[in-house]
Amino acid sequence: MAEITLEKVVKKYGAVGVVHGIDLAIAHQEFVVLVGPSGCGKSTTLRMIAGLEDITGGLVKIGGTVVNDLPPRKRNISMVFQNYALYPHMDVRANLGFGLKIAGQSPAEITKRVSEAAEILGLTPLLDRTPAELSGGQRQRVAMGRAIVRNPDAFLFDEPLSNLDAKLRGQMRAEIKKLHQTVKTTVVYVTHDQVEAMTLADRIVVMRDGHIEQVGTPMEVFNHPLTTFVATFIGSPPMNLLPATITGGAVQLSDGSTVPVPDRLRGFVTEGMKVQLGIRPDDISPIGHGLSQDGPGAELRLTVALAEPLGMESLIYTHIAGQEVQAKLYGPRIVQPGETLDFRLALDRAHLFDAATGRSVRAA
Amino acid sequence: MSATVESQGSKRLKAIGLWLATFLLMLVMCVPGLWVMLSGFRPNREILAKPPIWVPQELTLDNFGKIFGWGAEQIAIPVPAYFTNSLIIALTSTLIALGVGMAGGYAFARFRFRAKGALFLGLMLFRTVPGIALSLPIFMIWSRLGLIDTKLGLIIVYVSLNVPFTIWLIDGFFRQIPLSLSEAAQVDGCTRWQAFWKIEFPLARSGIASAGVFAFLTSWNEFALASQLTRSTDSKTLPVGLLDFTAQFTIDWAGMCAMAVIIIIPALILTFIVQKHLIAGLTFGGVKG
Repeated sequence: MAEITLEKVVKKYGAVGVVHGIDLAIAHQEFVVLVGPSGCGKSTTLRMIAGLEDITGGLVKIGGTVVNDLPPRKRNISMVFQNYALYPHMDVRANLGFGLKIAGQSPAEITKRVSEAAEILGLTPLLDRTPAELSGGQRQRVAMGRAIVRNPDAFLFDEPLSNLDAKLRGQMRAEIKKLHQTVKTTVVYVTHDQVEAMTLADRIVVMRDGHIEQVGTPMEVFNHPLTTFVATFIGSPPMNLLPATITGGAVQLSDGSTVPVPDRLRGFVTEGMKVQLGIRPDDISPIGHGLSQDGPGAELRLTVALAEPLGMESLIYTHIAGQEVQAKLYGPRIVQPGETLDFRLALDRAHLFDAATGRSVRAA
Repeated sequence: MSATVESQGSKRLKAIGLWLATFLLMLVMCVPGLWVMLSGFRPNREILAKPPIWVPQELTLDNFGKIFGWGAEQIAIPVPAYFTNSLIIALTSTLIALGVGMAGGYAFARFRFRAKGALFLGLMLFRTVPGIALSLPIFMIWSRLGLIDTKLGLIIVYVSLNVPFTIWLIDGFFRQIPLSLSEAAQVDGCTRWQAFWKIEFPLARSGIASAGVFAFLTSWNEFALASQLTRSTDSKTLPVGLLDFTAQFTIDWAGMCAMAVIIIIPALILTFIVQKHLIAGLTFGGVKG
């Protein structure tokens, strides 16, 4: 069993705080993705779990044992680095077997486990090559092979795909997912790419400025963002946020126009409250070209400022209450700038955030 | 048609010109050395002949015989002792300078500590002081400490001359090795020490080898300080020993040149063995200062 627990974990470099007391419980065999913009403390958190950074305060437990003062080698974890960190002076076979050799395994055992790992990752034909003779994707696979060969309690991935081109990244993403289904080990995965987070994670941890903003399954984080930061960070293109005031039981936008308060949020708002109306581009569509046509909605006549056709859909830039918003048109229809269309806002999927705190009115 | 012939011709002319220039340059650089080596194998009378004999008439090993005391004719210069001194002093000081250089270079490349920049700058500034400028103070201190005419005295001097350079060169090499390699090794089960010896050291090997060769050659060839600090066969090194061929009225050119050959050969062999590392080392490590 290897659950990983962080309790009030703090990291400071001198007086500068990088991670400000985060709590997180990762279950056995769970795939958790730490996601956030550069400098949010996600890599530092991962490195503290690995033992590569000192922990300034709080506790890190792996499998119930406090590991704060254990060196990396005593934590029984393995790690895949962003730059692969393959040993350049060893061939693939030696790279894979290095950890086993250090652990004092017998040559026969090493050979057996290296071939098993090589088989899982399709590395068998490459065993005699050096890292310099491998492509980016192959190096990535060797790095993963080196991680699985030791049969650790947990895998730590530090932005493993960010050095690959877009196509390869998609392939490797699928391979990591498959790998996790095969070896069923606890995984902590750091990325700044929200697509990786959404597709790989059992649970996503969204981090910002050394704090955890929200923890939840990908669908929870996508459908019920707790803060405007999560709302705009997860999902592409990002959620539109429109400043508004609750007036007479409706959401009044800055130009005075109103839309009804979504039913499910009715109990959470008070008269005169300053809010931000959050609505994803997918939920603003020309009538007849949207995702959902039923349920509560508001209709608005809007002028297209710019359209980016993407084949089966188009991204439309337009303005609501003087603010630029992005909308989506589903279907192969060409839209011209300047064209005026009737749009429908799917309000059952809209969000309201407290303008002062940036938190969802449901959470306030 | 004629244009291509012409351009081919001019290309050829250019190649010949370049080749000739290289040849002349190499000639200027190599002739003194070659002349010394050649003279080591010629009898004294031929070297001193007037008008000069350009093409050697006879080659002989007598000069070496004289030095090492094989032949009938012997000279009273204890070359084997000097050779042993040189070897002991150069090897010991190189090994120490390499050890300190590796520890220091690794520390500067990998760790953060107080006054790191100032310390590094200080080392480099120390390196800019010409060794001979220090000869008088060193002489005075060494005479108080009883280190004059000891191998230890010279070893200490050479270590301190070489350490700034070895630290600087080796630091550059360790900097080029991504930190994540050592981290990966530690996650893979190594102690920091094991990670160093199994991963970082093999990768920095060419840099360490170049630093070692430079340190060895500096100690092996050094004359100015050695001539001040040595007196007898206890500590005199080969370059200082060359002076023994200068008597009051005569200079034994043949013997001196033969001894010069003995000094040059180990340096040549060493450079030849590590030249692959050396070239890789100087270009690779040199990129990052």
